Amino acid sequence: MKTAIELQNITKRFGTVVANDNVNLNINFGEIVALLGENGSGKTTLMNILSGIYQPDGGAIFIRGEQAHIASPRDAQRLGIGMVHQHFKLVDVFTAYENIILGMPRVKGESPAECRARIENLREEYRLTLSLDKRVHDMSVSEKQTVEIIKLLYRGADVLVLDEPTAVLTPQEVGHLFAMLSRMKKSGRAVVIITHKLYEVLSISDRVAVLRRGQCVAEAVTAQTDSRELTNLMVGRPVELKIERPDTRKAPNVLALTGVSVKNSDGGNALKDVSFSLCGGEILGVAGVAGSGQKELCEVIAGLVPAETGAILYRGRNIIGNSPAEIIKKGISMSFIPEDRLGMGLVASMDLTHNMLLKSYRSGKLPLLAKAPAKALATELVDRLKISTPGVAAPVRQLSGGNVQKVLLGREISAQPQVLITAYPVRGLDIHSSFTIYALLNEQKKNGVAVLFVGEDLDVLLELSDRILVLCQGEVMGIVSAKDATKEQLGLLMTGGKEGA
Amino acid sequence: MDNAINFINAALFAGTPLLFGTLGELISEKAGCLNLGVEGMMWVGAFAGFFAALQTGSAMLSLLAAFGAAALCAAVYAFLTVTLRANQNVTGLTLTTFGVGLSLVLGSAMCQANGGAPNLPGSFRDKIAAFKIPIPGSGDDVVKLAVYPLTIFAIVLCISAAVFYKKTRHGLSVRASGENPAAADAAGVNVSAMKYASIILGGGICGIGGAFMSLVTANGAWMPAGIVNGFGWIAVALVIFVRWKPMLAILGAFVFGAFQSMRYYIPDSVISIPNAFYQMLPFVLTLIVLIVTSMRKSVHAGEPAAIGVNYYREER
Repeated sequence: MKTAIELQNITKRFGTVVANDNVNLNINFGEIVALLGENGSGKTTLMNILSGIYQPDGGAIFIRGEQAHIASPRDAQRLGIGMVHQHFKLVDVFTAYENIILGMPRVKGESPAECRARIENLREEYRLTLSLDKRVHDMSVSEKQTVEIIKLLYRGADVLVLDEPTAVLTPQEVGHLFAMLSRMKKSGRAVVIITHKLYEVLSISDRVAVLRRGQCVAEAVTAQTDSRELTNLMVGRPVELKIERPDTRKAPNVLALTGVSVKNSDGGNALKDVSFSLCGGEILGVAGVAGSGQKELCEVIAGLVPAETGAILYRGRNIIGNSPAEIIKKGISMSFIPEDRLGMGLVASMDLTHNMLLKSYRSGKLPLLAKAPAKALATELVDRLKISTPGVAAPVRQLSGGNVQKVLLGREISAQPQVLITAYPVRGLDIHSSFTIYALLNEQKKNGVAVLFVGEDLDVLLELSDRILVLCQGEVMGIVSAKDATKEQLGLLMTGGKEGA
Repeated sequence: MDNAINFINAALFAGTPLLFGTLGELISEKAGCLNLGVEGMMWVGAFAGFFAALQTGSAMLSLLAAFGAAALCAAVYAFLTVTLRANQNVTGLTLTTFGVGLSLVLGSAMCQANGGAPNLPGSFRDKIAAFKIPIPGSGDDVVKLAVYPLTIFAIVLCISAAVFYKKTRHGLSVRASGENPAAADAAGVNVSAMKYASIILGGGICGIGGAFMSLVTANGAWMPAGIVNGFGWIAVALVIFVRWKPMLAILGAFVFGAFQSMRYYIPDSVISIPNAFYQMLPFVLTLIVLIVTSMRKSVHAGEPAAIGVNYYREER
């Protein structure tokens, strides 16, 4: 097998944080290499260096045996390296065709029709489905991914890097993707897939490299390792990967939605005729492809967006029309972790104490802020949830992602809500922090709180929830019992009950 | 009939500098750069064009000077916002203040040296005078449609820009830089080059608009009070009104030009309104346009998505 890429002692620092610390890695043509590691272990940084987004602070890159300096994505392209980023780099208002040819000079003597034909040929060669004239903003996530892949093929990339390509796909779509990657490998290309999911590593890769805290801690042939060994390498110590699902007494119908519809900014339906009920002492999981109405569901219950139709009954009383403050007072609490993690709920530049005050500043009797109780609460949370911070006076911005999320969830739980809405609470967290969050949710469930848990990872949803509600384009496709459901079943519901493309 | 043609002439006359300003700003904004320095660049173009005309007597050199001086200002803006990633709004506002002030100072110095406000010779004014196209059937006292060469030039520029953005690969690259610079960069587009080129070209075109006002509108005399005077700001709003479409800019600029000249064509016998009201009209219309266009928000509005945002590749 011919060596495609050789990374030697790559080091990259962001300020004082060392994202990559003397990493060595070989990638050969005709194989699929998995880059495994927890969030924040430096996988994406390393591949961004290879694709010219970041400049390394040290080390050397050899491509086909020759040392290369990759100063820009353009350089990487010229060297045959292409990357599909986790957040797709596509221009929303352009068509697939425009995105594919963007930045490429016109081939001399080739007419636009011939250029299109060439793209269609590539598409057929790898058995991909895509309409070239569709605009990106009308596309599903998996279609966007297809555009990115064809874009790389059109550029003649023979080293393909895919960053968390399965994170937003349904299980069926993952199957199609993996089949396609195998075809890439057979055609002699080198494929790198960045992931933190073990079963993906085991099912598709030939070799695996494990990154931990910026260092490459192990390289192995996939066939000679197993999931336990890989987990231990990834986390750095043995871990038990079992999420509890305690049995509790259910108090029926704490919260019930009947026929709730919400409009989005374009006038379409973000939520359409959504009905379900939520019991105390229950975790109701919400599954769905990204952008299926999860955000609107959380927001309509919290009173942040108006409902067009329907009713939201909290203990039998309709709360539609109540202000967010009134809804919080009733005991409905929401923690939504957006993609950038800080956008909703916390103010990055303020310290822990002041972030606690955001929810409680109205309660003081004097016109001045009552800072002492908030400080006490912040201190208690730091102790109880083992939040690692320089102190309660440190701005939230300085905390790592996991700790930020503990602060947010901790504040919501401390208000002793009756209903806890939490969306993506483990987004971007390492395994250990994720399990702390799951334990927190289970604790709330045992206390009789009704928990609505919007999640991304189907495995987690299946293990943690009591029931799972599946959203597709704003509609409830079904509510299944988590004990009996399978991933494939959820995947089908997520794509509207039909076989996903 | 006669009056109607005179009104059209006046609209074309008043709309031409607006069209240059609007197209210049549109070109800059297509690459994601909101340059609020239009007013300043138009002033600089107005002075540079006038001064060069006075010194050389050549129309071509005069327009080149206007283009060059304004493009130079735009280049400073480009360096500050693209290379040094300074805030676009603040930099643009500064450029306006600077450009207006500089032209006024240099203008008064020119007047002092000349011993009074200078006038362009008639021979120069003939070079940029309007073509008069007789309109058949308008009687003995033939009324003519007056079209300035610069008006035609502006329209040709708009059509070229529309073709460039719609039909060429470079046009695609510029639009991508304004919509999603990270995506353009990853696709191999040189985002900085696209931005520099768009800002500088757009600035230069604004400068020609300014020169039109000092050379043509002011009728060959340097009278700072009568020129640019807020047209740069209307141009910024017009870009939004025409939804970043060069072809619509032609229509938009002349409609605004019509409003600008309306006061001369509505006789007091029809409705008697103070002159100040007419002078206010284009700005009131601008305000209404901004309110109406802000009310329909969707991905199809045409606004480049990354407008006003500086791009930094290594941002995490």
